[in-house]
Amino acid sequence: MTKMDNTAQFSVSRRALLKAGGALVVSIGAAVPLDTALAAGEALAQGAKPPLMPDQLASFIAVNADGTVSAFFGKMDMGQGLFVAIGQMVAEELDVPFKAVKVIMGDTATSVNQGGASGSTGIQRGGMQMRMAAAEARRVLVEMAAAKLGLVADALTVSDGVVHAKDDASKRASYAELIGGRYFNVQLDWNKEWGNTLYAPGKAKPKDAKDHKIVGQPIAREDIAPKVYAQEDFCTDVRRPGMVHGRMIRPAVAGSVPVKVDESSIKDIPGARVVWEKGFLGVVADKEWDAIRAADKLKVEWSDAKPPFPNQTALYDHIRNAPVRKREIGGKEVGNVDEAFKTAARVIEADYEWPFQSHACMGPACAVVEINEGNVTCWTGSQKPHFVRDGIALTLGVPAETVRAIWVVGPGSYGRSDADDAAMDAAVLAKAVGKPVRVQYTRDQATGWDPKGPASTHRARAAIDAAGNVIAYEFTSKGFSRIDVNTNGGAPKDTLAGQVRGVELKSGDGFGVPAESYEFHNKRLAWETIAPLLDRASPLRSAHLRDPVGPQIHFASESFIAEVAAALALDPVEFRLRHVKDPRDVAVIKAAAEKAAWQARPSPRKDQTGAKVSGRGIAYAQRNGTRCAVIAEVDIDRASGKIWARKFTVAHDCGQIINPGGLKYAIEGNVVQGVSRTLWEEVKFDAKNVTSIDWMSYPILDITETPEAIDVVLIDHPEIAPSGAGEPSIRPVAAAIANAIFDATGVRIRRVPFSPDRVKQALS
Amino acid sequence: MARMNLDVNGKVETIDADPDMPLLYALRNELALNNPHFGCGLAQCGACTVHVDGQPVRSCVTPVSAVGNSKIVTLAGLGTPEKPHPIQKAYVEEQVPQCGYCINGWIMTAAAFLNQNKKPTDAQIKEALAGLKCRCGTHMSILRAVKRAAATMG
Repeated sequence: MTKMDNTAQFSVSRRALLKAGGALVVSIGAAVPLDTALAAGEALAQGAKPPLMPDQLASFIAVNADGTVSAFFGKMDMGQGLFVAIGQMVAEELDVPFKAVKVIMGDTATSVNQGGASGSTGIQRGGMQMRMAAAEARRVLVEMAAAKLGLVADALTVSDGVVHAKDDASKRASYAELIGGRYFNVQLDWNKEWGNTLYAPGKAKPKDAKDHKIVGQPIAREDIAPKVYAQEDFCTDVRRPGMVHGRMIRPAVAGSVPVKVDESSIKDIPGARVVWEKGFLGVVADKEWDAIRAADKLKVEWSDAKPPFPNQTALYDHIRNAPVRKREIGGKEVGNVDEAFKTAARVIEADYEWPFQSHACMGPACAVVEINEGNVTCWTGSQKPHFVRDGIALTLGVPAETVRAIWVVGPGSYGRSDADDAAMDAAVLAKAVGKPVRVQYTRDQATGWDPKGPASTHRARAAIDAAGNVIAYEFTSKGFSRIDVNTNGGAPKDTLAGQVRGVELKSGDGFGVPAESYEFHNKRLAWETIAPLLDRASPLRSAHLRDPVGPQIHFASESFIAEVAAALALDPVEFRLRHVKDPRDVAVIKAAAEKAAWQARPSPRKDQTGAKVSGRGIAYAQRNGTRCAVIAEVDIDRASGKIWARKFTVAHDCGQIINPGGLKYAIEGNVVQGVSRTLWEEVKFDAKNVTSIDWMSYPILDITETPEAIDVVLIDHPEIAPSGAGEPSIRPVAAAIANAIFDATGVRIRRVPFSPDRVKQALS
Repeated sequence: MARMNLDVNGKVETIDADPDMPLLYALRNELALNNPHFGCGLAQCGACTVHVDGQPVRSCVTPVSAVGNSKIVTLAGLGTPEKPHPIQKAYVEEQVPQCGYCINGWIMTAAAFLNQNKKPTDAQIKEALAGLKCRCGTHMSILRAVKRAAATMG
């Protein structure tokens, strides 16, 4: 059996589940058997599943008839190993073997909305909820066993899913005997929140970390083999009876809409049909190849929209000059920054720039929607299927309880990708044609039309006194919002289908400030957002991309810290340790430096001549409780401008480590994607549209450019609740590389990406 | 439309299709072989890679009519858990993929390369895999797996 069965054993619709639950509420009092002395225990279990709500233990944990455990998880594993980690946390608390737990996720009919994949909170929030639920399940099962065995709960313990007397293992009752195949009837103390902040503990206290046997083990993923042997279907492989294939048609000039569509231009293509509603234009056909041909051949006249974008070379000037829509100070200003700058003997300042970047998922998004007797089912690769459910309900104008969204593994995700848009497009098409529709985006749509990681500028300045001390520090980011469209497809205003069909817009404002613990007497961290370049259905609308705004902010802030250290002729590790105050921050910086055999000296090094030079750089950051320091060692070919990010040393502290094996892989993936984003990735555009539309026009890191080593130092704090690991280690990568380039060459590059042309130009 | 025979994973299948249609759609839609994957349709990423007479071919740009009587092998035909190709075994042992969507490109390309090159250097491995895409950034694991497989095959 594989742990990857996200579709679960349930085929009933959410509506059916709710109906069952509704009936149950009425009968709950009568459900307690009167003819048995086990009434106390039996009241905790029942045959019908309670309503799928966060205040029900049954919404998270079920013991099956064979004693195996189903863990219903409302977050998502996008390939970083949560299937295993969540299974470990549940098995640990329940005292069952790891293999006995099956984690089921991504189906709105079987899990509550814990937020989907979001902000590296899979373990930090989702896992903690599962831990609390599993602990409560164990407590309840022990109570049931106590009633059955006629013993007090304190006299019992659990081994491998069997409750037994501590002093007599023959007095026993297995989980399967106690509740197997039935459901918990146990109320949790739900905080009435949905999504990431959902929390619903029971009465049980989870185990002390010192008693953990399964948590902390490097258990391997079981979803690898099915992928490797082509036994697992992806979202793109879903087929439904009577299904037709859909393709979307986007304008050549962003902002223009179809004014005339000549359906006769595709009349020779079997079954080809047009679906056109305001700016929404798609085609369907029975055969996929015919849908592709129809999308290609359809004659469309578009409105004469004014090209909406500035010249790309003017992007950063545009950001600097644009009116500020929202400004926010991160935390609280320390001291009086403006006054302190007036007393400075010397001011160091610098501007940094980060481009729009694309999710550029490995495959363009795909979704299938089927509408059957008023029930809507969507198969989606979205990392937030519960929000897809809500978005489809609003898009189609139907109650959310009639919609079921089922996640099927997609082509990566990394934030608010194109997956949510595809789900909505499929829903609109399916409703229009009255058949199940599979929408497959094209490569140019995937890279050209996904929501983008926002472009930004960053200004940093430091005031230095006559003795060479930093007396004030100010850092301000200004850029497009990370929530111009929201982080999920839960509302039509945030999806292309909604926007092209004319819904009222509400662009959100969000950016961020550096997450670090540098202590200066006067310090101010701020962010400012500006309006999008095109407010509706823009290929440059901005949203969350892995570690939303983290790479850009810390590229700038950690480059600047290195600039200050260099200006003061101080070793960059030593300079950081002088000012960083958080002990865990200090520990990751020291651990990385030690592992990399860091030799203290100021940057740049001055002992190199010739075309090939090398350098080293460090950067560090926090992220929602996690700390990560990264040292990059790079080789630079001055003649070609080509950079090889040769070696990384990463020290990582995310509190308690659930699975060190999976954690190491997650960190490696972050570092490599971070190198890619730093060296290569920039969404290009002209006045009319995005021109990065494939892998040639949006290059990513090639296998020939892989680092030769990524050394990872994991710092485990079993006593500290686990924080996230899905994103923190991408955060310092760009600055570490920038600092290494400076170390090697004495040249500071303040604009990403460090493509060969840009590096060559900077070095000349 | 034309009637064609395709020799896929050791079985000859007959399909009716537009001769210009890429092989990818014949495999996926006519024969319901859920690997390979559509990644770009431009031969830029490798997600659609299959073997045609032992050579890695991007099925997204190969017209179905161009295959003729050649023997096509997809990931599903490369090996099984009971009888894996060494690169498949190594992929599992090295826990390579994250999302796994790119897997056809790397495994099919590496398998064809390793079948011909018994003791490749690291540089030769990288060169053989150049141009394939992995967006999750599993590059380190991919190279470990190919080296592991090479060690068992050489």
